[in-house]
Amino acid sequence: MSSETKQILTTDGIPLEISLKKAERKNKIKAFLLVAPLLIFLIITYIFPIGEMFTRSIDDKMITNMLPKTFKSMETWDGKKLPSEEVFASFLYDFKILVEKKEHGKLAQRLNKEKNGFNTITKKLFRQVKRNKIDETQSIKEQIMKVHKRWRNVEFWQAIKRTAPPYTSAKYLKAMDMYLNEDNKITQVSEDRRIHRILWLRTVEVALFVTVFCFLMGYPIAHLLATLPMKYSNLLMICVLLPFWTSLLVRTASWMILLQQQGVVNDFFVIIGLVSDDNRPEMMYNKVGTYVAMTQILLPFMVLPLYSVMKTISPSLMRAGKSLGGTPFVAFWKVYFPLTIPGIGAGCLLVFILAIGYYITPALVGGASGTLISNQIAYHMKTTLDWSFASAMGLMLLGGVLVIYWLYNKLVGVDNIKLG
Amino acid sequence: MALPKYTETRYRIWHYFYIAICTFVFIFLIAPLFVIFPLSFNAEEFLVFSEGMKNLDPDAFSLRWYKDMVYGTKNPWGLAAKNSFIIAIFATLGSVILGTVAALGLSSRHMPFKGIIMATLISPMIVPLIISGVAIFFFMAKAGLAATHTGIVLAHIILGTPFVVITVTATLSGFDHSVTRAAASLGSNPVNTFMKVTLPLILPGVISGGLFAFVTSFDEVVVVLFLAGLENTTIPVQMWTGLREQLSPTILAVATCLIVLSTLILISAELLRRRSERLRGINR
Repeated sequence: MSSETKQILTTDGIPLEISLKKAERKNKIKAFLLVAPLLIFLIITYIFPIGEMFTRSIDDKMITNMLPKTFKSMETWDGKKLPSEEVFASFLYDFKILVEKKEHGKLAQRLNKEKNGFNTITKKLFRQVKRNKIDETQSIKEQIMKVHKRWRNVEFWQAIKRTAPPYTSAKYLKAMDMYLNEDNKITQVSEDRRIHRILWLRTVEVALFVTVFCFLMGYPIAHLLATLPMKYSNLLMICVLLPFWTSLLVRTASWMILLQQQGVVNDFFVIIGLVSDDNRPEMMYNKVGTYVAMTQILLPFMVLPLYSVMKTISPSLMRAGKSLGGTPFVAFWKVYFPLTIPGIGAGCLLVFILAIGYYITPALVGGASGTLISNQIAYHMKTTLDWSFASAMGLMLLGGVLVIYWLYNKLVGVDNIKLG
Repeated sequence: MALPKYTETRYRIWHYFYIAICTFVFIFLIAPLFVIFPLSFNAEEFLVFSEGMKNLDPDAFSLRWYKDMVYGTKNPWGLAAKNSFIIAIFATLGSVILGTVAALGLSSRHMPFKGIIMATLISPMIVPLIISGVAIFFFMAKAGLAATHTGIVLAHIILGTPFVVITVTATLSGFDHSVTRAAASLGSNPVNTFMKVTLPLILPGVISGGLFAFVTSFDEVVVVLFLAGLENTTIPVQMWTGLREQLSPTILAVATCLIVLSTLILISAELLRRRSERLRGINR
């Protein structure tokens, strides 16, 4: 605005524009202050720790701090032939400090992960150092090389050099059943050791199928609930809401009872003659159990958003479709179905995201072939204590969820999610 | 859903097929809950319907497992129930207070960066629970709060607030802001206005958000498994260990109690929903 335009003044002589801006800013600050406690709380206790998962998953500082002098002297080494006397000397220097601090075991463990065989030769070197067998007035290179033939092998020195950077992508590669080989190339692990990729695929497969089952079962009943008169639909709604409010573990327990070999479902199959009494199928501790239990548990999350969308569709639209010459099927497909797409999107998104991070039910009814990636994360958190690996897998899963969320936002729009 | 008389046969068949599917799905949804009920009164130790139960023999039923739940030696349920209620109540209070205040700020039209802040606030609901569990565990371990009640309460506040934020902002979207301006013009200070005018009007939303938060905390097991020590065991954790080791009828007795509890919660949630719908109806 140019200065020549005549400014409107408030009663106290301040230009109206400034006065308004001031009031606006005050309101903004007020609104923000209301949100601030929760926002700060979440950032400290939740958002930062997720970030910490990332630094933890790529962190490889331990060894960088263990062999500072070695890595410094290795900077000039070309990595093709055996390193110089200087590198050997600084390695011995670092190693002696580690022996004093009793941390040489950790070093051996870490190096052994990089290349098999380090455990033995580090132990041998440790014994020599402990007995003061290494004479520092003579060539240290020669003496170390005498300790074990692997110290003469350049590949082992290359392995040490590879551990120099303070960050590593090893955990992420491991989660994909891959690793960096001697030439810094990404390689797959041998076929019998590829366990994680199966788990990822299975997780996606289970989540997809559960979503499809939930959709196939949820759509008809949501439609029925939305079209029935209020007094019937309220009653039937209880069938959806009671499981929704009931503890997850209670529902899992009831499926364990139903699906066991002497359980009600098998009894029923025997009575109607589908299977013989002594040939009852195993329905638990495999994928069938996981699918059945997860579908029932997640079904309300499909029905509720579908219902809330269908409720808003006027029945006259279907009548109009039919009166214009469409058969009921055509009217449904061309008129009703497209209008329910926001509900389908919201329901499928909810169910898929919940299913992909599922942990409790697969662990209880899934058995060995029902374990999913979440179980693996929990296993590494609690049993092997490889927290950085658990973090890496968790973040990969989170990345997947965010991609799905982003896609959904592009296709349908997030604002359509309702809680029933 | 009576069909008109002129309906063609194929649509008639289709209609009955559709009703059959729906019936099947409703049974699929609700029946598992009813299986637990009779089995928890089983006089025997097995988790199958005994011959006596099938013949409705009164001797085949007993309150044995309920007695075991309450009086059983070295039984963990008393401590677990106490912990569960304490944790859930404090977590609900925390979520409701933090969530409602934040929702008030979020629904102000002056709020800057609304989208990104809303996304942050409801992120614990979107992120898979196992990841939240790992992240929260890292924080609590660092803060020295692992294996404490405080730590679990804080964790459940994190998981519960998104529900409060969502329900309260939804209630506030139908809220007529001129009433607060009227209160202010009559000389009321903002806190007083909130307590006397705004809160009573949005109370249904606040309570139903609180119910969500309560159930989330009461039912939550993934994060507690990471955080809890022996002293902080909760009902879900105890059920989880029980189900992993051996499915005992005592668990079914506990499960029956939980189903009764969830029925009560369902009824109150429904009453609240209808009330708030009525209120919103008046505003329009």
